Order: sequence, then structure tokens, then C-alpha cells
Amino acid sequence: MISALRSSRLAPLLLLALVIAVAPSVFPSVFYYEVGASIFIAALAVVGLNLLMGFAGQVSLGHAGFWGLGAYAAAIGPTHMGVPPLAGLLIGVLLTMLIAWLVGRPILKLRGHYLAVATLGFGFLVTMVLTNESRWTGGPDGMGVPRLDVFGFVIRGSRMWYWASAGVLLVGVWLALNLVDSPTGRALRALHDSQVAAAVNGVDVARYKLTAFTISAGYASLAGSMAAFSDGHITPTSAGFLHSIELVTMSVLGGMGSIIGAVVGAGLLCALPQLLTVLHDYEQVVLGLTMMLIMIFLPLGILPSIAARFGRGST
Amino acid sequence: MSLLQVDGLGINFGGISAVDDLTFAVPQGRIYSIIGPNGAGKTTLFNMISGIYRPGRGRIRFDGQDVTNLEPHQLARIGLSRTFQNLQVFFRLTVLENVMVGRHLHEPKGVLAHALRLPSVRRANADCAEKAREFVEFVGLRDADRVAGALPYGALKRLEIARALASEPKLLLLDEPAAGCNSVETEEIDGLIQQIARKGTTVVLVEHDMKLVMKISDRILVLDRGRKLAEGSAGEVRHNPDVIRAYLGSHGQEAARAQS
Repeated sequence: MISALRSSRLAPLLLLALVIAVAPSVFPSVFYYEVGASIFIAALAVVGLNLLMGFAGQVSLGHAGFWGLGAYAAAIGPTHMGVPPLAGLLIGVLLTMLIAWLVGRPILKLRGHYLAVATLGFGFLVTMVLTNESRWTGGPDGMGVPRLDVFGFVIRGSRMWYWASAGVLLVGVWLALNLVDSPTGRALRALHDSQVAAAVNGVDVARYKLTAFTISAGYASLAGSMAAFSDGHITPTSAGFLHSIELVTMSVLGGMGSIIGAVVGAGLLCALPQLLTVLHDYEQVVLGLTMMLIMIFLPLGILPSIAARFGRGST
Repeated sequence: MSLLQVDGLGINFGGISAVDDLTFAVPQGRIYSIIGPNGAGKTTLFNMISGIYRPGRGRIRFDGQDVTNLEPHQLARIGLSRTFQNLQVFFRLTVLENVMVGRHLHEPKGVLAHALRLPSVRRANADCAEKAREFVEFVGLRDADRVAGALPYGALKRLEIARALASEPKLLLLDEPAAGCNSVETEEIDGLIQQIARKGTTVVLVEHDMKLVMKISDRILVLDRGRKLAEGSAGEVRHNPDVIRAYLGSHGQEAARAQS
């Protein structure tokens, strides 16, 4: 059975589900459910970002912008427009993907650093609009978010959010694993290694980059909405530059091009500051040092480096 | 009938013309070779035909259609494929996956269906893998599930050919498929190219190995400094005094010896 698991395409998904199911049995307090939920929600965004960065090889430094759009859709829809919260979330995802598609069309023609700078600019733009349109967004202080109810069933409390966000993450991971092992996924991985060879083999490089960008924006938006609902309050910083960098860091630490690596990276960067609070003043120093050591000794990121050491391909 | 027709083609780089006023036609189902000294413009010509460079002057017709300004992926769609002199392999993909990308045009589109892994996608994936395996075997590669980056040079050359063939092109452009290969490997590549042509795919070959070129080419175009110097059968080219004087020199005698 173990060998069947090892060879199965969905083995990482099953392993992740197992960890999620077993972890609460060692939680000393309810607070850990909260940390767990925030890890799963961040991981969802990173799984999406990883499709863009790890597989298609395109860097986005403005992904928190999409997160912010999702978060504010979840808040503004129900508060100002009388839209049910779940509908706000779904409309947010669709709108964000539409915006990503429109914004991505011109900027994905850019390469390397130019693309990174253009997405950076997009992130700033979103933060600025969210900060300035205070009639709708509450300005720099942010705004409250109603509870998420799914057809009358209200999701509230850390425990419930732990399971709800875990469920959504597992679906997100499943979709991503499917995509990677499909013609779309192969086209993305191919253009990452050689755009010119991908093109002469019939891959419409510009279109596939745009597809990856749009999908990854959808993941970020969904994560943003869920974070907003679970926290009950949002501010424009969730769309800000530092948050974008945090998402990129999670992706790189966990291992670009590894879907489970994305989850590991998110877990590490969310959990480490909590664990290091005992160090008080030295918290930031140790956090930075840990990240540097990981990149020095596991240069491919945590999961791919370990997988390479044990002679297995990573997924 | 000619499959590929090039008329008055030219391109400049920084004011210097790399290819100029070039006209030739490639007949269907043949092996057509392009030779010339380094810097003669052979790869530049390939890059124009495959849509990577946009020609400055002239026209290219392929399969009865003007394709002068088409993008590479559009050219692939109407049946043109190529390999690269400097390897352009997808190094992080497995051998099989590389060739599966070659079948991209034959695969179902639809991102949503891919993400949900609908039964139709699963079937198409399996079919694609099976077809790709045939091409891997056709070029004589083993270890289809190895990561391409771990392959030796000669195997990567074959992998590029397998990937290009997987799209089932009408015209295959091969840019120095035998470069860097030893004599045994060159002989194998030689057999492979002839087999490809026999199956009905037209081959345009850029190659430095004169022995190989003279042996398998139906027609040869000689380029020198971006212009046509001569064109004809292997015998005609070999005995053309312009070719011997301007380019072949010692290579020419070597080739003549190789043939006799």
C-alpha cells in the first residue's frame, strides 16, 4: 500500500489530508486552530502563486493586490450592496480574475525584471485605491467583514475555520495537481525552460502565461476573501507590498515548482514567528537567519531539496 | 510541387545584412540541405522560416499559403516544426513529457477540464503519453521517464528530433542534428533522417558534416555571406567551381573523397 502511495499522483494530497486530520490531536489550545487556519489560507494563495512562479517561471510582486481585491469583495459586497457573503466571495474571485486578465495582457509581454516591476506597480495601485476610497473601504483603518454563511450554515470560530479552510485548500491543491499533469501544465513548465522551443511546438506562450496569471489571481482572491471572513476585519495592508513579498517568500522557501512545497513554505512562515515569540527581541533575527540557512542548505526550497536527496521527483 | 517557397528573403542586423535576396524552393517529400561556412546565415534563415525572426524583405510561402509574418506557434499549427543547434530542451521535464509537449497541438484545450481532470482529459493524457512513447522509441531513446536534464548530449539531440516529429509536421527543419556527435552517432542520425523522409515528411537540413550532407541530400543550397552561391544535387554542388573556390576548399576535397 505504501508503494502504491509513493507512485500515485495524488499521494501528496492524501499525505496533506492526513496531516491536517491528525494535527488537532496534538493541539494544546484553541489558538492552534487559528494558526492552522491562517496557514491553510496563506497556503492556498501560495499554491496559486506557485503555478505562476514555480511552473510558468513568471515572477509577480503584486499578488497581495489580488488577495486584497478578494478580501474587500467579501467585505464591500455584503456591507454596501446587500450581496450574500458567499456570493460576495464568488463575485470577488471572478472579478479579480477578470482584472488579472485585463492587466496581464499587456504586462505579460514583458520579461523578467520588467514583469516583476509592473506587477509591483499593480499591487501599489490596489493598496492606494483601497486606502483612498474610504467611503467604500473605510480608508486606512479598514472595515468589518460579516460572517460567512453557506446556505444558512454560519462558519464561526477557530475550529470551524480550521476545517473549512483545510477543505478549500485540499480542493485547491487537487486542482493544481491536476493542472500540472495536463496539457496546460506541460505547456507552462515547457515555456519556463525554453520559450522559443515551446513556441515552435505550438504553445501560444503569451496566452499560457496569461492563463497562469489569471488562475493564480483567482487563488489569491479566494484566499483573501477567506482571510477576511475568518478575521472579521480587513485593512489595506493585506493588499500591500510586504504581504506580496511574504507570499513570494513562502513560495521560494517551500520550493518553487512543488505544490506541497507551497504549503510547507506557508506553514513555516506562518508558524515560525509564533514559535519564536519566546525569544522576544531576537525573534526577527532568528527568523531571518532561519530563512537564510534554508536557502543556503536547501537551495531548491525545502521540499524539492529533500525530494532530490532521497532520489525522487517532487510534485 | 514545392512545399516551401522562399522569395527574395532578407534581414539586417544593425545595418549589416545577414541574409540577402535569397530565393529557393523545397520540393515535397525530399531532403533539402543548406550548407555554408560559419556566419553564412543558415541559422538566421531557419529563424526566419520558423517565425522567430521577422524577415526585413521578401516572402515565405508554405504549403500554398503566405506565412511571412506568422508567429512560431501559428506556423506549428500549419505543419512546420524544427530543432535547435544550441539545444532547447525542456530540461526539467522528463523525456516523455518533452515529447508530449511536441504533441501539444493534438491535445484537447480547456483549462477548466484540465483542472478538474475530466475523464476525457485523463484518456487524452494517456493517449498522448502512448503516442509520445512511440516517438521516443522511433529515435532510439530509452528511459522515457528520466528527467531530460540528466541525459547525455547525443541523447538530447535525438530528443529534440522526437519532440519535433511528435507534432507530425509536414516540414521538419533540422539545425545541425549531428553537431558534436561521434561517427557512430552521426551514422545513426543519418539513418533516422532518411527514415523520416521516407515516411513522407519533408526535411530541411543545416549541417556541417559534409559526408552526411552529400550522402542523404536530394538537393543542396550553398550559402555564402547571406547569399545564394549555388544550388543543385550533391554532384553538381561538389563540382561547382564557385563552391570549391569560395567555401568548400579543403572540405570540398574531403567531401569529394568521401563520395568516391
